[in-house]
Amino acid sequence: MILGLNEKEYFASGHRACPGCGQALAVRLVLKAAGDDTIIVNATGCLEVFSTPYPETSWKLPYIHVAFENAAAVASGVYRALKIQNKKANILALAGDGGTFDIGLQALSGALERKEKFTYVCFDNSAYMNTGVQRSGATEKYMETTTTPYGKKIHGNLLWKKPMPFIIAAHNASYVATASVDNPIDINNKIKKALNSEGVSYVQIFSPCPLGWKHESNKTIEIAKLAVESRFYPIFEIENGILKLKNIENPKDVKTFLAMQGRFKHVSDNDIDEIKRYINDQWNRLLELDKSKAKL
Amino acid sequence: MKKIEECSKAIAEAVKLCNVKVIPIYPITPQTHIPEEISKFVNDGEFNSELIYTESEHSMLSAAIGASASGVRTFTATSSQGLAYTFENLFIASGLRLPIVMAVANRTLSAPINIWGDHQDSISVRDCGWLQFYAESSQEAFDTTIQAYKIAEQINLPVMVCVDGFNLSHVYEPVDILEQKQVNSFLPEFKPKFKLDTNKPITIGPVAYPNTFMQFKKQQQDAMLDSIKIIKNVNIEFKNKFKRSYGDGLIETYNLKGKKKAIIAMGSICGTIRELSNKLKNFGLIKIRCFRPFPKQELINVCKNLNELIVIDKNISIGNGGALAIEVKNALFDKKINVRSYIAGLGGKDITINDLEKALKNKEGWML
Repeated sequence: MILGLNEKEYFASGHRACPGCGQALAVRLVLKAAGDDTIIVNATGCLEVFSTPYPETSWKLPYIHVAFENAAAVASGVYRALKIQNKKANILALAGDGGTFDIGLQALSGALERKEKFTYVCFDNSAYMNTGVQRSGATEKYMETTTTPYGKKIHGNLLWKKPMPFIIAAHNASYVATASVDNPIDINNKIKKALNSEGVSYVQIFSPCPLGWKHESNKTIEIAKLAVESRFYPIFEIENGILKLKNIENPKDVKTFLAMQGRFKHVSDNDIDEIKRYINDQWNRLLELDKSKAKL
Repeated sequence: MKKIEECSKAIAEAVKLCNVKVIPIYPITPQTHIPEEISKFVNDGEFNSELIYTESEHSMLSAAIGASASGVRTFTATSSQGLAYTFENLFIASGLRLPIVMAVANRTLSAPINIWGDHQDSISVRDCGWLQFYAESSQEAFDTTIQAYKIAEQINLPVMVCVDGFNLSHVYEPVDILEQKQVNSFLPEFKPKFKLDTNKPITIGPVAYPNTFMQFKKQQQDAMLDSIKIIKNVNIEFKNKFKRSYGDGLIETYNLKGKKKAIIAMGSICGTIRELSNKLKNFGLIKIRCFRPFPKQELINVCKNLNELIVIDKNISIGNGGALAIEVKNALFDKKINVRSYIAGLGGKDITINDLEKALKNKEGWML
């Protein structure tokens, strides 16, 4: 029990997520924040697979899963059906990073533009985990996945992570936020804020995947925390275009964070230097935006 | 009241009369006039419905699925590449047992790219679990759209109302547009059997493992076969109320009595076949109005005095033949009927009376 959180459970235990699954922890918190009057639209992915093996279900809220790339479009249909009946409910579209950064981006862009009313939550675990840890647009540079293996010639993923929150913000979204599964109160507050925002709001939650990231299942929270404290995963909100960064004074060494996970075990000192430079550049950019209060 | 109307507008009128609540749309030729006419109704304040301007046909049908699962009557329309683009959602809509109605203004599929009409698009998705009706006239397109909701909502399966692109979708002809109270007396308010409801949470779209998956498919097949009776009943009820019917609802025949020979076809080409039948008087028409479910027994019954059948297919299952011919041969496999197959009208190629007259004499082949 964490003080300040809804005591009611909406995500039943007994589901089939791996031990230490960051996404399963995050979903439980997201639902607590949303509460009773909530409809769930879920993209294809681990979450749908581990929570709905027919005839069992973990969902104590009305739930629909349609396909991989269309959670935002399905949620649009749900919203309009409620609207024309003069009914109201929180609508949560839940998807992984593959279903958001890559295949679901078009449908999400359409829904953002139309100002449908729902909150889109992306559980970011940096790859296509459900299909067996393949690279996605959310995969960090040098991460090893099954399609970006550490080969003799090419060492893991060579591309930087797609700046998804800024792509959302560029649609004039009223609320965009990042969060990490180590901080339940923060997730709770951000989901509540998102649900009370105009149009499509977006919350991206850093959700470690012990299987894909190759770490012990009891390290999930520690890794999620270290990602934030090392500035590897910056935590910020963009409210009506104004960015507010959660400041991390005296960041921890990202090397410690990387070393905890098999997905980065091969990185060289040069690679680490490059990652550090990238993190610094990213951080300085965010800090500038935070200070200037310029509208994105 | 009879009005001279474009077929697409007649379909839009039917959608309005059915009081459809959510309509996701996306443009593609030749279905565009349907959403355009609906948009005029909505923007003129004549029709209270939620239009969703989606960014693709994939999202279009996805939004329709979301809306239908939320318990409201839902309509959409597409053609050709659009139908192909939303392919996976077709199976999901039927698998989730959602009574969505979709108009398909039939058009061929690229390549080469071609915007004109044949049945390649809807025929290529015949296995997706949707009922498929092919209309011959604007009147039939209008009537079928209204009937489609009555059928879909009883059996919890989605329905495609197919009209030949341009050859029917863009044709102006007199259509009897029913009054609102007439439609209300025929089509009851939509009462979904299940829906997304915060007062009664259910899980829609779970994972089915191999031990349960086939049960879902068996239920879909059973429902599809059960719909034959429902289609017939709806046809009779419609006839009793509005004095119009289409054969038994699945198959319609013309000038068939006493004939040994018939042409079998679907959609607007049936009008041309009627003309030729009137002229030659030596053959009849069998019109397949409902392609899914395929009216096997009904076909056997209407063919019992025939010894020769000419099938006109506006599609080609490349590597075998015309899809309708394959179905007809399958249904009549143990009957002593000579079935000859013609591929015709692909990519909008005209099918003339002369073409059909030659087909009656020749063996089989392509109307090139």
